[in-house]
This record gives sequence, structure tokens and C-alpha cells, in this order.
Amino acid sequence: MAASPVLPKLVGQRVKRREDPRLIQGLGTYVDDIKLVGLQHVAFKRSDLAHGRLLSVDTSAAEAMPGVEAVLTGAQIAEFVNPMPIGTPFPSPDHRVVAVDVVRYVGEPVAVVVASDRYLARDAADTIGVDYESLPAVVDPERAMTGQPTQIHDGFENNVAVGPVPSGTGVSADLQTVDDTAIEKAFADADVVVSQRMHNQRLAPTAMEPRGVVAHYEPGKDTMTIWSSTQNPHILRTFIAGMNGMGQDQVRAIAPEVGGGFGAKINIYGEEYVVAGLSKKLGIPLKWAEDRSEAFLATTHGRDIIGYIDLAATRDGTVVGMKLRLIADIGAYNMLLTAAIPTLTTLMANATYDIPAIRTTLHEVFTNKTPTDAYRGAGRPEATYFVERGMDMLARELGMDSGELRRKNFIQPDQFPYATQMGAVYDSGDYEKALDLCLKNAGWEELKQQRDAARAEGRLVGLGLAMYVEVCGLGPSSSLPTGGWEHSQVTIERDGRISATTGASPHGQGNETTFAQMLADQFGVPLEHVTIHHGDTGVVKQGIGTFGSRSQAVGGTALHLAGGKVKEKMAKFAAALIEAHEDDLVFENGRISVKGVPDSGKTFAEVAGYAYVPVPLPEGLTPGLSEEAFFEPANNTYPFGCHISLLEIDRDTGEPTLLRLVAVDDAGNLINPLIVEGQIHGGLAQGIGQAMIEEVRYGEDGQPLTASFMDYAIPRAADFPRFELDNTVTPTPVNPLGAKGVGEAGTLGSTPCIVSAAVDALSEFGVKHIDMMLRPEKLWHIIHGGQS
Amino acid sequence: MAQVTITVNGKKRTAEVEPRLLLVHFLREQLNLTGTHVGCDTSQCGACTVLVDGRSAKSCTLFAVQADGSEVMTIEGLADGDQLHPLQDGFWEEHGLQCGYCTPGMIMSAVNLLNDNPSPSEAEIRHGLDGNFCRCTGYQHIVNAVQHAAGTASKE
Repeated sequence: MAASPVLPKLVGQRVKRREDPRLIQGLGTYVDDIKLVGLQHVAFKRSDLAHGRLLSVDTSAAEAMPGVEAVLTGAQIAEFVNPMPIGTPFPSPDHRVVAVDVVRYVGEPVAVVVASDRYLARDAADTIGVDYESLPAVVDPERAMTGQPTQIHDGFENNVAVGPVPSGTGVSADLQTVDDTAIEKAFADADVVVSQRMHNQRLAPTAMEPRGVVAHYEPGKDTMTIWSSTQNPHILRTFIAGMNGMGQDQVRAIAPEVGGGFGAKINIYGEEYVVAGLSKKLGIPLKWAEDRSEAFLATTHGRDIIGYIDLAATRDGTVVGMKLRLIADIGAYNMLLTAAIPTLTTLMANATYDIPAIRTTLHEVFTNKTPTDAYRGAGRPEATYFVERGMDMLARELGMDSGELRRKNFIQPDQFPYATQMGAVYDSGDYEKALDLCLKNAGWEELKQQRDAARAEGRLVGLGLAMYVEVCGLGPSSSLPTGGWEHSQVTIERDGRISATTGASPHGQGNETTFAQMLADQFGVPLEHVTIHHGDTGVVKQGIGTFGSRSQAVGGTALHLAGGKVKEKMAKFAAALIEAHEDDLVFENGRISVKGVPDSGKTFAEVAGYAYVPVPLPEGLTPGLSEEAFFEPANNTYPFGCHISLLEIDRDTGEPTLLRLVAVDDAGNLINPLIVEGQIHGGLAQGIGQAMIEEVRYGEDGQPLTASFMDYAIPRAADFPRFELDNTVTPTPVNPLGAKGVGEAGTLGSTPCIVSAAVDALSEFGVKHIDMMLRPEKLWHIIHGGQS
Repeated sequence: MAQVTITVNGKKRTAEVEPRLLLVHFLREQLNLTGTHVGCDTSQCGACTVLVDGRSAKSCTLFAVQADGSEVMTIEGLADGDQLHPLQDGFWEEHGLQCGYCTPGMIMSAVNLLNDNPSPSEAEIRHGLDGNFCRCTGYQHIVNAVQHAAGTASKE
């Protein structure tokens, strides 16, 4: 009797990615790689003025160029493309996909060209002449709130898009009653109050693949296929169908290989509506590929929230109250989720602490800048930054160790599920465990000694620590207008191979690997026998998409549930075939057999074949092995962690150097620790980038000053030390996998811990806070006179 | 129009091109070698990196006519049949990529780096990849991938 090969369990293992062979050989297909017969190219003429009234748009020269198929102004586009829809219930001003009367930020489209060649399309767009009446521009949201010097949209007095919206202690869920008793008493009773204005600055998401779209309307079939570099093809399909007066059955949306998203590819953009609408109008396939300089103007930005924090505590370090007034600069328009992003900052203002009274107040304000929307972390890094910087200032004020101050205020493990002052219900957590492990791994006490020794030599060395908790696994449906579920279908093919679909459409997350690991274990088959299909609404019946660190917690659970359903049915077929009771069967090593008798059963493929030619058909069964599941989570998940950094600042030049970054993250149960590490590394890189070198800036006239990689610094390999990672495991009870999500975590703890390290390094100069990014010039001025 | 003859991945290609046609668009549009990507328009990001006569070059910064008579290698030409190049293997083994968009350029730059310095230190790897941006990985696994390849190469 030959011994069967024993398949190792794969969940929890560092499995190499199955996506990689094609990507390392240049064989992946991204949107701009797609070619169709008769494909023509689209280019946009964009506003070079931040605020102005369109007087005339002269397209005659472009129209005269041989090879130019069509040139359309905003008014002509408006004849067949409706104004931009948004995906939140907030009030939104009229927003044309191509400007009709007024331009409100540099980069807003004013005309569209279709031509036979991409170079020609650009050339033609360059010939379009636009006359403007220049209007005053405003780039400072606090100035915009005074209504001066301009009113950007009718009906939004003082440029306020949302607010003031109060949240927290004493505020009823419907916002109808606001009781200040608790929050005012907390501040009246406090021994110490620290207060600070902070700016969580505007960033450019900059996925390495700029956006792109190919649309192909087929008049004979009255169907549309749209390929887009998107994080959520099903949401794209919904909006494209709606905007084109088509049914969702008539539209197929495909996210091919997607070269990063970071939140900015959740949004459905005007370019997608224009290209799809024009393909339908002209009856030809069209492509638009964004270039990088265009992306800095036309792809949504992230962050840009000013926070005024007041933290009240007793002398022993017990935090008794917090006020946080938020002003979000959302740019010129509401995009898909724009208005909702800052509400995540208020939601997470409770941080990891048991604070008895919190009051937040949120304003969202229009300015003449590119609109903001989700960027990795989306509202939660801002909350973490404000609260953790506040805690660091409080520790300094009280002369306490920054770790010990946190420890004194943590929500305790036995308090979960924990209903926060902000309306969240934290699922599970053990914050002290993460803190202790991070302190240990960093060598906190020795680090302090090293820092002090370095200072004695005249060096400027600082230590920073930050805790974070974030909200992941988005939904549930009550919190997402798109629906907060995820969908999967698992099919055992006739040959015993497994095909599965997921609506969680990846763009670098490695779902083809992690989801295959799960099914290989669930069915006891080799990883190589499993294929995960995604990113195509023609293949994946339903889905929401990948954002809010939801792939594993929501999409993975849907997959697990669909797999469970088909396994149950397959067990019935196997029981009939091998004349055993289905409860006695095990699926392992490519066989289905009676428990304890490995050679009693049939191969997986034999049972699969029987299910598709079921002669005889077991009573109560239908042929075939394909089941689907929707998973609607009852709650979000709340991963957490602790980050510590060591930073040195050059006394002569002000240049900061990150020497160490120690992170402990808790994302619950992990499917593939290798992929989790990669996610954390990437998040850290973006958080460190924000802290140290990244900032979107505008001149007073609304002209962007950072509209290319020559002006906007994204981190390079030499900007980082080797990250030191570790993790604790606190499973979530919200889903059967116990997985919380990890895609955004790295961006949360890194910014406050680095800024706190910089403040620590410069403590001898009496500085209390430094706004990001840590530009050497700014630090030099603190060192050499002139306060921050 | 100008005639160019460029040997790409070992095959001699002759074509009529506009003098302003970028080498990257010649490769992608005319030869359908879409593994070379375009990530910026200012020669910073390095997604378009190929080898021109054995040296790494940003193909968005060269006109096709400037490569006339050259030998160009793109990511599609790096593996030896089914045998992956040690750097491709390194990126796979060490999870050196996520979305994969920067990867072809990153690998081609690393080929040049290891050709110049077969046993680079970590700092030399990090500085050697200065012309290539990655937004996904934080670079640590990319450094590991290059070290993996350098180790593999030195064992051979």
C-alpha cells in the first residue's frame, strides 16, 4: 500500500505568492497594456487656473488636425453625461465631469479630445484655447470659512460643505440634543490641560500605476465593457450603468492587473464617465491613460485635516476629557466618499483609551484645490496622530514616561466589547500586551540611556512612541451606502480542481495566494489545484471591493462560508459513493475518506466527477458542486498596535534621519505572515513618508507647487532603516476566521511616533509640537533661533 | 519619419518611427512588449527601466531613434527560457513585489546594480535603487530580494 503524500496545512504559513510569476516576467496586463481593434485615444484639456469663469473654449484648431475624431467642450459633454454622483448622503454642489461655466481647481477638465494616436490626442488638446475671467482663489480652509475672499459654490455659505457636526459624549445619535455637562465638568475638574493646533497635511496617494480606463460600447449588443484601474469593479459597474442609462446586466467592469490604489482608486472619476459615455456616443472603443503630472492634479488627494486638541488630565496622568475640533479641507468638490472620510477621524478619536468624556466638532470646507478622498488609513491616521501627539504632549507636561501614561489610560481586556464615546464598539483588544512587547523589542529603557548619552555628546536624538487602534473590515451595510458585505462563489470543477470568485478585487494584496491557502486547507487539496478569480463582473457575480482593510475579514469570510457550503454537499456525494456516513468523512491529501482509514475513500477528483454525472443521483441532491455566499459582518474589526521610533536630527543642517522603527501590530489571526509583513512595511513607508518628506503644497493663488515627482517626494529605498516588526494575536469574534485586517495599519502609528521623536530630539529648544512634514529647514530654524 | 534598427531581447527589429517617439512607447506600442511600464513623465520613478547595451536606462527618457543600433533588453527577455533570472527568483522568494507595477523596472535596475557590484552591502543596494520608486513594499523585501539574488549568484 503506497503512502499518500501528506499535504501541509497552509493557513498561517509564509507561502510565496501565486501572482508573482507573471509580474516578475512582465506578463501582467494593466489597463494601458490593453489594445482593441479600432481603439482611439482620449486626452483632456485641463484648467490652469484655480478659480475662474469660462468665457470661451476654442476647439477649432484641434478639430482641424488630421486624425482627430472629436473635440468636445464641457457644455457638449453635459448634453449626454450627467453631473457627477457621489456615494455619501451629504449635500453636494453641482459637479460637472467637464467644467461648463466655472473651474474651481487647477487640473479640472475643460475639454476632451478623441484622436487616433495618443501623442496626437495630446497635441490636439494643447491647441485648445481657453479664455477665463479670473476669480479669487482660496487655499486656506480657515480663511475659506470666513467666506473670504471667494464663495466657491452657491448654496454653501462660507464654503462650509459639512458642519459643524458635534459627536461624542452628550451628543445624541440623531445629533438633535447636545449636552455639555460631562465634557465641561471633565475640564473643570482637571489638573492639567494641554492644547495644540496640528495639521495633518495634504498628501498625494501616488500609486505607481496612474489611473487609466478603456471603454468599449458595442452598439449591436447594446453592452459596455469597461476596464479601469479600480479597487472596486462592481461599484464602478453600478455607477457606469446608472450614468449611461444602462442596466447593470449590460455593463461589464474589469479591473485587470491594478498597480496600487491606496484608496485613491475607490473613487469613480469623471474621466471614467467621459470615456464610457463617449464610447457609447461614438460607438468606438476608447482609452485614456493618465500621466503622472496629470495624476497629481486629477487624482484625489488625502488627509488635509486641521485638529485643535485639548486634553484634560489629573496630575497622576488619568485622562479625564478630550475636545477635538476638526477642520477638513476637502478641496473643490465632493467625490465618491469625500465627505465621509473625516467622519472616520471623529469615530476613532477615542483611540485606545478609556476616556470618560470626549467632544469632537467637525467642519468640512471647500477650497480651490484638488478634491480629497480616501488615502490609506482614510481618517484614522488623522485621529491617531492628533490623539497620540496630544498624549505625548501630556506626558511631557506631567513629566511621565510616554509609555506609562498610555498604560494608565488603556481600555482593559475585560472591557471588550467596548462601546466608545464616539459610537464605535471595539471588538477585542489587549493594548498593554502590544505596548509591552514593543517596549521590550525596542529596548525602551536602554534606548533612553543611549539617547541621553548621545545628547551628552551634543547630538540631537529623540524617542517617540505611539499606540493606535483602527477600524477595519468595512461594512457593515448600515455604514456603507454601497453595501458592506462581500461575496464569493466556490466551484469544485468536474476534474476536482477548484475555482473560486471573490468580490474583494485586489491591487497588490495577494488574495490569489491567501484565498487559495484557505481553500486548499478547507478541502485538503494542493494549493496548485485552486484558482481565485477576481476583478471582472462578468466572472464574479457580485462584490463590493477592496478598501478599508476588508479583503480578508469580509471577503475571506465569504469565501470560507461558500467553501463550507460546497464542502457539505460534496460530503453527501462522497458518502453515497463510498457508502459511509457523511459525518464520518475527512477531506485530506486529495482524498475524501472515512476518518482514521485514509485508504477507504475516493480521490477528490473521483467524487467531483460523480457529482457532475450523478448516476445514481443520491436522494435529495441536485447535480454539481458550486455554491455562493454573501457575508455581512455584524461589526467592524479594530486592529491595534504600538510603534516606537528613534530619530536623530543634524544640528548643523536640521536634516532628520530615522534610525529605528519598531512596530508591534495585532491584526488578529494571520493567513499569510509574509504578506502581512509586506502590508505593514508598505504602510510604514507611507506613514514615514508623511511624517518626514511628503506634502502637497499650493501657492496662495491656488497653483500647485508639487505636481510632479520632481517636487513631491515619495520615499526611496535609502530613506528607511530596516523595520523591526513583531505581532500579538488577539482574534476578532466578528468573523469565523478571527482575522481583523492589516492593509492600513502601518500608516497610523508611524506619523505620531516620528513627530514625537523629533520633538523629543529638539526638547532642549523648548519646542512642544512640530507640524509635518519634518522639513530640515523647519527643524534648522528651531535649532538656530526662531520658534516653530 | 525615421528608420531605426534596434535589437530587442536578441531579435533585430526595424521600424519607421516618428523622431519624437519615446523608446518606451516603441517597445510597448510597436513591439507589444508591455512589461516595461510608465510611472511618471519626469524620469524619476524608474518603472520604464530597461538595459541599453547592457546598462540600465530609463526608456521614457530616450527617443527610439537614440537607441538606433543598440541592443535593448526588457523584462521579457531576462529569463532564460523557463529558467528565471536570479533576480526574478529573488523577488518571488522574498515577496519583493505587491502590485507589480514598479517590478520590471526595479528588477532591470537591480540587474545593472549586481553587474557592477556582485556583492553589495545593504546600504549599497538601497542607494543603488535610488532611481526606482516603489509605493507598496517599503523596499525592505526588495532589498532582501536583491540580497537573495546576490547570494544565489555568488554560489553559482
